[in-house]
Amino acid sequence: MAYESYVLVCGGTACCSGGADKIIEAFANELEAAGLKEKVQVVATGCLGFCEQGPIVKILPQGTFYVQVKAEDVKEIVAEHLVKGRVVQRLCYDPEQAKKLVAEANIPFYQKQYRIVLRNCGVIDPEKIEDYIARDGYKAIEKVLFEMTPEQVVDEMLKSGLRGRGGAGFPTGMKWKFAQQQPKGQKYMVCNADEGDPGAYMDRSTLEGDPHSILEAMTIAGYAIGASKGFIYIRAEYPLAIHRLEVAIAQAHELGLLGDDILGSGFSFDIELRFGAGAFVCGEETALLQSIEGNRGMPKPRPPFPAVKGLWGRPTVINNVETLANIPVIINKGADWFSKIGTATTKGTKVFALTGKVNNSGLIEVPMGTTLREIIFDIGGGIRGGHKFKAAQTGGPSGGIIPEQFLDTPIDYESLAKIGSIMGSGGLIVMDETDCVVDIAKFYLDFTVDESCGKCAPCRIGGRKLLNYLKKITDGRGTEQDIKDMEAICDAMNKASLCGLGQTASNPVKSTLRYFMDEYMEHIHDKKCRSGKCSKLIQYKIDPAKCKGCTMCARKCPAGAISGTVKNPHVIDQTKCIKCGACESTCKFGAISHG
Amino acid sequence: MSEKLETMTPELKAFVEEWKSKPGNLIMVLHRVQQTYGYIPRNIAIEISTMLDVPLAKIYGVVTFYNFFRLQKSGKYNVQVCLGTACYLRGGDDIIKEFERRLGVGLNATTEDGLFSVEAVRCLGCCGLAPVAVVNGEVHGKLETKDVEGIIEQYRKLG
Repeated sequence: MAYESYVLVCGGTACCSGGADKIIEAFANELEAAGLKEKVQVVATGCLGFCEQGPIVKILPQGTFYVQVKAEDVKEIVAEHLVKGRVVQRLCYDPEQAKKLVAEANIPFYQKQYRIVLRNCGVIDPEKIEDYIARDGYKAIEKVLFEMTPEQVVDEMLKSGLRGRGGAGFPTGMKWKFAQQQPKGQKYMVCNADEGDPGAYMDRSTLEGDPHSILEAMTIAGYAIGASKGFIYIRAEYPLAIHRLEVAIAQAHELGLLGDDILGSGFSFDIELRFGAGAFVCGEETALLQSIEGNRGMPKPRPPFPAVKGLWGRPTVINNVETLANIPVIINKGADWFSKIGTATTKGTKVFALTGKVNNSGLIEVPMGTTLREIIFDIGGGIRGGHKFKAAQTGGPSGGIIPEQFLDTPIDYESLAKIGSIMGSGGLIVMDETDCVVDIAKFYLDFTVDESCGKCAPCRIGGRKLLNYLKKITDGRGTEQDIKDMEAICDAMNKASLCGLGQTASNPVKSTLRYFMDEYMEHIHDKKCRSGKCSKLIQYKIDPAKCKGCTMCARKCPAGAISGTVKNPHVIDQTKCIKCGACESTCKFGAISHG
Repeated sequence: MSEKLETMTPELKAFVEEWKSKPGNLIMVLHRVQQTYGYIPRNIAIEISTMLDVPLAKIYGVVTFYNFFRLQKSGKYNVQVCLGTACYLRGGDDIIKEFERRLGVGLNATTEDGLFSVEAVRCLGCCGLAPVAVVNGEVHGKLETKDVEGIIEQYRKLG
């Protein structure tokens, strides 16, 4: 180590938005002024994961972890920490105003995590290939090209038990094997980086924090299946990730790690970027391929599977970003090592974007088999604002809503399917008692109806009908027959839709019907929404005992729904009320409430 | 409404020439068009159709399929309010309503002075900052409805 200390500044999207670039600039200036420029190196890293507390600055070798840093704080960090060696206590993470937690390792957010996919995120400068190489980067491709046959690579993947992290969990080795067995000729390797699930950003963080690991993994896959060409299909909404991939591809070319005759092995492989354009359905394999070909992203029936007939009719393997990020590590450390992590059916780790009503939002990686309780309460720090946990949602619009009684379920593909959800790509959204499950189901259906490509009738019509029923129920016009109809539509969509989007679009409805039927019934029979989210079901009431007859509310009401005379209690005409809440916020006597 | 005719820039022309022979080029070319003009102008779409030898109907088929492409120019300041799940749960829809109310325009519309347009977008990927709005690439996080007025004023001052 040429430097005495390292200052790691998180350069993920959330921290950048919080002003990380200004912090980096401030460090450069302050270090120069303090004469430490030769002794301290400032590194802009990928996402450190603890987005809730960003921007984050970590100082090595001590591992001191500063949260919510502002550019103005930098002077103090340099003067106190880097010059005098004293920790700046006020910037440390401090959940209970108790003992200051100085190092990352002591923060509960990091204690239960196990990082394989995110191994380099927040550690290396993602725009420097040397940093990646220093952490065993491109060692796996060397091993594969010179010590292994393509068949051995596929066997290693099969043995590792790695399954696709895009959501469905298909064994990666099997996919590779199918493509490998196809006759020689042009084949393609595609990386699916079209992360369209709202509330999920695992892939973006991986690409931003460690782009070379994806290039290396794609090259390994290309060698295994006999492809010479790779495409990364990435959302155009991720400019930073695109930039870092472009830099990484250029650097890999320069060092002969991509392009013709890689490392003199005779194997050639090249990678190009293709941009998505905001279509959720393009996360589906066949739709994604259509989009790369420059068409509307509409799925095709399978079989033929892409591994047999994919891009431009040629055998194609499509792997998700997180799946790929595991691969160099599996090659380096061996399938046996990898298969020891996780549960009986699901090996390795899973990255989750933990968001919603949880104290510590952020990007986390845990071994498969970790329970939801550990994730939400130990890592996530529990529910924010002292509220009560109500449900967790995995798998985004394709997943289900999981109630409290399953908090201790160890997470893997099978266990989540059993309780009516799916692993999905890694969105994990926490809800509290102020969230209405019917409203959430409506939110997701609204999304899938908008994103349905319209090709097949079950998804196009079924989704729309479900949404209409949900609107009817949240408006207070629902009937019990609606529930029966919804159940039948869910079933039909699930069985008859062409692609994964339609097949799973009913999951949010199915799971809420299964676990929260009482709330549906409240909406239907009592015309009541216990969370107060469904505004049409809210009733504003004036307590005659508290009302002084000041007439303020009647004057404020935009609908003219409040009547009454001076110094006498007022009344709200429920048929005219538009539930805007203006009266409640106007009343000085606390006489107006809603329920 | 008569639309202003845009002229094909030399850079765009060179880009189309470079991609012309590559299979699956249409979406990449459209991205470049939108990057150049802020939307997909009709007369440029017609020119692209000739240059790439792709039917205009197919170009419009693709443009209207993908949310990212727009057929109308956005305001000078394009307000993108995130409606990803995390932002929705933390009140993203209230933020949108407040922008609409204060600017007097609906979604995907531009104010009369051409200064602002409001768009609902799906997950900008900074859920830790929820709810989030992005104005011309600048992120405003952890928003409350009372912050909206200040944000609008901040840009209005810039003109």
